[in-house]
Amino acid sequence: MASIAGKKSGLTWAVQISVAALVLLWLFPTVGLFVSSFRTADQISSSGWWAALFPAEQNEVYRASDPDDTRVADGDNFVVTGNIFEGDPREIRSWGVSSRDVSAYQPGETAEMKDGETLTLESDGNYVWRGDDKQLSGRGQRIFITATVPPDFTTGNYETILLSGSGQDNMAKAFFNTLTVTIPATIIPIVVAAFAAYALAWMEFPGRALLIAAVVGFLVVPLQLALIPLLRLHLEIGIGKGYLGVWLAHTAFGMPLAVYLLRNYMVGLPRDIIENAKVDGATDFQIFTKIILPLSFPALASFAIFQFLWTWNDLLVAKVFLIDSTGSTTVMTNQIVELLGTRGGNWEILATAAFVSIAVPLIVFFAMQRYLVRGLLAGSVK
Amino acid sequence: MTSLSLKDVSKSYGTVEVLRNINLEIEPGELIVFVGPSGCGKSTLLRMIAGLERITGGTLEIGDMVVNDVPPAQRGIAMVFQSYALYPHMTVYDNMAFALKLAGKSKDEIDTAVRAAADRLQLTQYLDRLPKALSGGQRQRVAIGRSIVRDPKVFLFDEPLSNLDAALRVATRIEIAQLKESMPESTMIYVTHDQVEAMTLASRIVVLHGGDVEQFGAPLELYERPANTFVAQFIGSPAMNLIEATVKVAGGQTSVVMTDGGHADVPIASTDADVGKTVKLGVRPEDLVLTESDDYLVTADVEIVEALGETTVLYFKAQNGNPGLIAKLPGIHEIKRGTKVRLTAAEEKLHLFDADGKSFLYR
Amino acid sequence: MLTENPAVLGLLTIVIGVGGCLGYFYFSNLILDKLIFPASGPKAGSNINRANMVRPWLFLFPAIFALTLYLAYPVFETLRLSLTDRDQGGAFVGLANYHQMMAEPKFWEAVQNNMLWLIIVPAASTAFGLLVAQLTDRIKWGNLAKSLIFMPMAISFVGASVIFKLIYDTRPADQNQIGVLNAVWLRFDGGIGSVLFLQVLPSLVLLAFAGIVAYVAWIFARGIVAKGEDKSVWLLPLRLFVAVAGLWLIWTSLSSLLGIWTTQLPYGEPQTWLTIPLWNSFLLMVVLIWIQTGFAMVILSAALRGIPEETVEAAIIDGANPFQVFFRIKVPQIMGTIVVVWTTITLTVLKVFDIVFAMTNGQWETQVLANYMYDKLFRANDWGVGSASAIIIMVLVTPILVWNVYNARKEMK
Repeated sequence: MASIAGKKSGLTWAVQISVAALVLLWLFPTVGLFVSSFRTADQISSSGWWAALFPAEQNEVYRASDPDDTRVADGDNFVVTGNIFEGDPREIRSWGVSSRDVSAYQPGETAEMKDGETLTLESDGNYVWRGDDKQLSGRGQRIFITATVPPDFTTGNYETILLSGSGQDNMAKAFFNTLTVTIPATIIPIVVAAFAAYALAWMEFPGRALLIAAVVGFLVVPLQLALIPLLRLHLEIGIGKGYLGVWLAHTAFGMPLAVYLLRNYMVGLPRDIIENAKVDGATDFQIFTKIILPLSFPALASFAIFQFLWTWNDLLVAKVFLIDSTGSTTVMTNQIVELLGTRGGNWEILATAAFVSIAVPLIVFFAMQRYLVRGLLAGSVK
Repeated sequence: MTSLSLKDVSKSYGTVEVLRNINLEIEPGELIVFVGPSGCGKSTLLRMIAGLERITGGTLEIGDMVVNDVPPAQRGIAMVFQSYALYPHMTVYDNMAFALKLAGKSKDEIDTAVRAAADRLQLTQYLDRLPKALSGGQRQRVAIGRSIVRDPKVFLFDEPLSNLDAALRVATRIEIAQLKESMPESTMIYVTHDQVEAMTLASRIVVLHGGDVEQFGAPLELYERPANTFVAQFIGSPAMNLIEATVKVAGGQTSVVMTDGGHADVPIASTDADVGKTVKLGVRPEDLVLTESDDYLVTADVEIVEALGETTVLYFKAQNGNPGLIAKLPGIHEIKRGTKVRLTAAEEKLHLFDADGKSFLYR
Repeated sequence: MLTENPAVLGLLTIVIGVGGCLGYFYFSNLILDKLIFPASGPKAGSNINRANMVRPWLFLFPAIFALTLYLAYPVFETLRLSLTDRDQGGAFVGLANYHQMMAEPKFWEAVQNNMLWLIIVPAASTAFGLLVAQLTDRIKWGNLAKSLIFMPMAISFVGASVIFKLIYDTRPADQNQIGVLNAVWLRFDGGIGSVLFLQVLPSLVLLAFAGIVAYVAWIFARGIVAKGEDKSVWLLPLRLFVAVAGLWLIWTSLSSLLGIWTTQLPYGEPQTWLTIPLWNSFLLMVVLIWIQTGFAMVILSAALRGIPEETVEAAIIDGANPFQVFFRIKVPQIMGTIVVVWTTITLTVLKVFDIVFAMTNGQWETQVLANYMYDKLFRANDWGVGSASAIIIMVLVTPILVWNVYNARKEMK
């Protein structure tokens, strides 16, 4: 709108900056989880995840090696030499020998301690500790350093969660359980709903308008109402809690949206094409399979994504219809909620588990966003 | 060689009648055009013949068989839709082969038929394309090809040219005419609202208006001997002028006078009962000529002059109880706005309609 | 047993389910056309017509069956259960369950919280969505920005709960804070920056909010007294309701304004955010707003694109500035879509369960109806009260249901 020449830059910049700020604000939470899933437990609890992206100053305590074993004579005195880092070097900023002043010295300086012994620490961690027989005995001298640590990430959490972890920490089973719930619960309602949508879009029969209105009504019925009656029904007819029950429930709960979306799309297909197929000799069944289904692909894809996201992310239906007391059929959302209860402080496990569970929907989301948007636009009752 | 016969065919949606007692006898090998303004029921009639709309009254026979309850595919018809209705997800080849596949024809049979039709319509090089990769004219040809392939008894065309631009429309119209030439034995029914298409293509024209057949006849018959004022004004462009007149003398030749003093002796028979009645004198704009003599039809004030070079079209003020008349004169005429002119026409070019709009010829 | 492997069972189900559906449709059509009403013989024509009367119901049957059994029947069954007592063997107890529920403070807490959720989440999501939709409309990387803001739609409520629990995390005062909120909070020390960010800025936001509410309420209330407005009986209760709700909201925001300037904030102490009543509810709402903004944005963005460019150009020629173009030309034209977005998010809010369940489980006064119901059903095993609370949710949804059905029918005509 402000596209009048020469007048546009100020406002455009303000818009660009506010959008950038909003996007960052919206990404920030997810990035936090993502970064945390690549840090060790110690790293997570010692600093915020935003600090992990930059080299950090870190205070560490080392001890010189045991003088009774390693001291060597040097004239009247003894010397202990060595390196405080055992194969894990740091860049030392400053150091000290007392917990009261941990950065009293620069690398290369020599500390003179109260009782006369001296300690020199180089920036590479090599030290020389001098003193007499009495001074260089007992335990090794404590050395406090302040070091810069480069960003350090690990994939260990994912190994634990997906492969090596035991019990609740292992999500592999829950991952496959979720897949097992999701795929049939996505495909079956599409087939059932597509036929119904075709009938509602292209066949003439009394009561059609009423049925369409009913579908619109069912769109908003909270599924909370369905929990107890259906659980009772499932228990009575012997399905009980299990995959079959959850597939049936998801199929039915997805039905109103599926019928609504697909009907809205099919009704927009050109009438001429369908009539031409009739003239060409196609039966209703053939029109449906050979003409309507291929042409409705965008709507089918939209609904498939909705249903996939919904069943993958679902907690309530799985808890009520699937997960029994043995817990062998747990899904990822449920396992994460349980982890939140039992391992609430173990962010390395929680963050990784959560990220494993949201990774698949995110991939689907970015790969098929076009269809998702189209479905959203068609699906919201106008 | 298939004839079509419609007997008292009617169509109503609830209490709304859209077609009333249509009676048509269509001979084998004819190209019949249904023409009329939008909403006249011409498309509905075609769709009833195709079997896409239920017939609510009367009988429809295709080749001596009543087909009222026969589904479209079994009526031996093929239809070309206004929007072409190509299957967007199938190649040109598959579009043309679809009906044959459904009919369970063998692969070789299908292939031969499709290639023959494609060859005839110069579509061979496009057989592997999807419809969206074709131009409008090519799509039109695929739609026609799809109907040829089925070798139907009756071809139905539903405004097949109205989605094309003007130049292409003329070219495709000629192609359709050639197609008809090459298939003299097939019966075709063609719906259009464009009278030029109707006049150029038809062996006979059905003029529909408000659910009734106004006239059914050969193109020039409709032009020369329109049955009523509707047909008279629908066929021909600009539309026929209708001038208020009063019958003076009846007989084998009818003398009428106009309100402004003009008069004419029309070589159309009338009866004594007509004397003194108000009638409408019809004259086509292209039949009007300027005259200086006192032997004129009407006088009128020129309002607008359209000089096209080839012709000059004069639009006159509405006056003397007549709506604005139009005259189409050959060549170039230097006439100013506001000029009062006298107009006349050859007597054999005149038409007479009674107060209800019915032609005196058909009484 | 092979069928005990869930993956095999799943594959089998897909094959049986999809194959069964297709088979059902194919063979039922075949039987209809060949056996019951064969399209040949003397009655071919009428048989075809009769077959075509039956066929729609063949196509519809599985879907209708699923809808009836899994959605229609439970509504009535739940209603019945809410009037019976499981412990008395399902005896009819009238409204006893409802009385019992109404006597519980936890229920009223849930209702109150739900009301807050119902006002704040749709309002905030729609507002943010509209803002982003408008801002991204004309910039080059707008689609990328939209896609990133839309992304939380793909994340489960549970996943989002974990994400935000990390943000709200609390460590003892002598440790590094790993939750962003506390890390930011500890930056405030009561100086000028704190006053600016924690008192002046929220005050402005509250004032703006009160102003918008007053404006909207006035538009609605005006119709009660003004002439020439649609005075149908249906609109009067709506107008009154909006006016009263508006007054209440203005009062609430003005009293909070006072609160902002009188409260002593505990600077320098890390807060356990999710245990502070009222604040924790807002923090839970943030999660849902974060998710739903993308939805609002996508729909509103499409609506904004649908506005005829000419109306905007005409307004610019008439001398409107960008803000006037937005609020006086664009927003009125997409009002219908805004209502749709608002009601859709309202429905989501009414059903929200996972977030509260995963983050606080209704403790510290964060209970909402859906979680309350789950508590009653599966923890307390009290089906009567559980069903009664489900019916309350249904009652709250009903106006939207009626409105949607009404609109859908209008559109079809």
